[in-house]
Amino acid sequence: MREFFQTIGRSLSHARDWYHAQPWWGRLIVVAVVLVGAVFLPYLGSVPGIGPQIITQGTDWYTALFHMSYYVLLALGLNVVVGYAGLLDLGYVGFFAVGTYAIALLTSPDSELNANWRWLAALPVAIMASVVSGVLFGWPTLRLRGDYLAIVTLGFAEIIRTFADSTTLLRGDRGFSSVPHPPGTKGNGQPLFGDIDARPYYWLGLAVIVLVILAIRNLDRSRVGRSWLAIREDEEAAEIMGVRTVKFKLWAFAIGAFVGGLAGALFAGENGFVNSSTFVLQFSILILAAVVMGGAGNIPGAILGGILISYIPDRLTGIQVFGIDAAQYKFLLFGILIVVIMIFRPQGLIPSRRRAAELRDREKEAAPQ
Amino acid sequence: MDFHALFSDFGTETTTGLATGAVFALFALGYTLVYGVLRLINFAHSEVFMLGTFAAIGIWGVLGYTENSAAPGVGMLIVLLVVALVAAMLASGTTAVLLELVAYRPLRRRNAPPLAFLITAIGMSTILQEAVGVGVGRYSTHRNPVGAPVLIKPAVVLSFGNTKIYSYQVLLVVTALVMMYALDRFINTTRLGRGVRAVAQNPDAAALMGVNKNRVISLVFLLGGLMAGIAAVMYVIKIGNTSYNAGFQLGIEAFTAAVLGGIGNLRGALLGGFLLGVVENYGAALFGTQYHDVVAFVILVLILMFRPTGLLGESLGRTRA
Repeated sequence: MREFFQTIGRSLSHARDWYHAQPWWGRLIVVAVVLVGAVFLPYLGSVPGIGPQIITQGTDWYTALFHMSYYVLLALGLNVVVGYAGLLDLGYVGFFAVGTYAIALLTSPDSELNANWRWLAALPVAIMASVVSGVLFGWPTLRLRGDYLAIVTLGFAEIIRTFADSTTLLRGDRGFSSVPHPPGTKGNGQPLFGDIDARPYYWLGLAVIVLVILAIRNLDRSRVGRSWLAIREDEEAAEIMGVRTVKFKLWAFAIGAFVGGLAGALFAGENGFVNSSTFVLQFSILILAAVVMGGAGNIPGAILGGILISYIPDRLTGIQVFGIDAAQYKFLLFGILIVVIMIFRPQGLIPSRRRAAELRDREKEAAPQ
Repeated sequence: MDFHALFSDFGTETTTGLATGAVFALFALGYTLVYGVLRLINFAHSEVFMLGTFAAIGIWGVLGYTENSAAPGVGMLIVLLVVALVAAMLASGTTAVLLELVAYRPLRRRNAPPLAFLITAIGMSTILQEAVGVGVGRYSTHRNPVGAPVLIKPAVVLSFGNTKIYSYQVLLVVTALVMMYALDRFINTTRLGRGVRAVAQNPDAAALMGVNKNRVISLVFLLGGLMAGIAAVMYVIKIGNTSYNAGFQLGIEAFTAAVLGGIGNLRGALLGGFLLGVVENYGAALFGTQYHDVVAFVILVLILMFRPTGLLGESLGRTRA
């Protein structure tokens, strides 16, 4: 098992090192090729030979692609919290829920607020609500040590879910229907974001992902990113060296919440229906699995992880294993993957170089057992 | 806020709360023991408990007692209880020890960062939960609850005012107290218990003094598992069914109980368990039953913010127990 992961890991690390060895225009070409590939991904099914094997059968391929796009967004957001700042957040679905519910409350005709806003008008409010909730939840809890923080974030997510389940304002299981889609019309006057064709949502998601990546990447290379690094490696030492740990941890929470709320708004806009059953704890764990699998603290890793956790279950839908639909096994599968990766390749499939070095250092310090 | 509901049923809320608290207390021991020694929140402990509940119901099924069976006589009842206790303790204890061997030991060997332990624990918890929830073919529970036979008819032992105390509630509370006393004695007076306290105090120094650290850690997981097995039988008697996610919410509550009493502190787990059981019932009466589960979380957040060491103070090694 160890060899298997090392082989995969080595080739992925080689690819990463090769990419970093290129001159700036070489890297640009690689990025452009990947991006163009992503844009044309909906047409993969028409590629003869491998195409029909790759696309999902039980799920509409365009919808599956849209799923991938918001899972990737969530993985990117959680990666900031867990990967960069090293804060284990088990309630990430809470921010996703805040974004989704803010959109539903403001736009759906079922809402008691009777606001009936359009999706685009509600979007900034949803994101702000998510960021505010991130700061509000973060502020009292960030003084806690790592493992306590994990439990408390889990508690917050469950509190949000309980409220969604049992208050009349949030409508519990009945949910909000006919949440409006994003705006825009095609040349022939038809709405751009319709009910059937999910491709526009995928492209919208892709555009948002590119913007988020640019923002996070720049933030990571700034003073904020270096503070996160210091906090992750040794919080006490960072504090002694003058890093304002609570402030920068709050930054990580707020940015994670921002991206989570954004993903929630996209989800609400595409799905058109929002109820409390989406926001279960397993959802948070799934996103955590994405970050850990891909390689915490690394943007390509988070993207790969997000794609995997969304693609694998969608691909398995409709296939019977032991008399049960294979997609039912998704949480089991990802549970196993989390443990196996933690034991055999703790740095993830595409680790950040610095992260891998940190782990190697710790291994050297280990006392012989 | 419904103060009338709170005060009109105050006695009943207290007694049922104490019965629930007994389950919390035994469940919380697993968290407290492991945390005291390894500084790890053993997330998968809730699944150790859950497997215990299935073992108890399973063994009753094998003996011919299913959901719809009539309540047995006293002699048979004792036999059934003992058999269930043995089965559940065996299942939970084995799971806990295997969990440590398979998942945590490789990480310790590599001196992995604390985050890695916690993530692995979450992974193991998901695996065990889903394995029971999804299962394979005929052995799938299809995520439905599995019913247990009603072994003890709810008989009133004592009653004053509108407060009634039932036989099973007495059984639960007494079992918790007895097991807690036994465990407390074990940790404080035996040679193995001294090893546990030594490793909790300072693992490296203990290892230098000739304590076998790995064996102590296995022992701690075993003890936590055994207590979870007892808690599992008590839970099945009290609730009457179990499901693949039975451990999740209860695990959070038990962990809250451990933190409330002071994590790593055995007597704290007992105090925290009973206290939480009672306070949760008061909270549910005050704010409505749908917020029953939220009470535990709110208490947890409040303690962690204002008194993170809990009521009786942290640490298995430093204080007396």
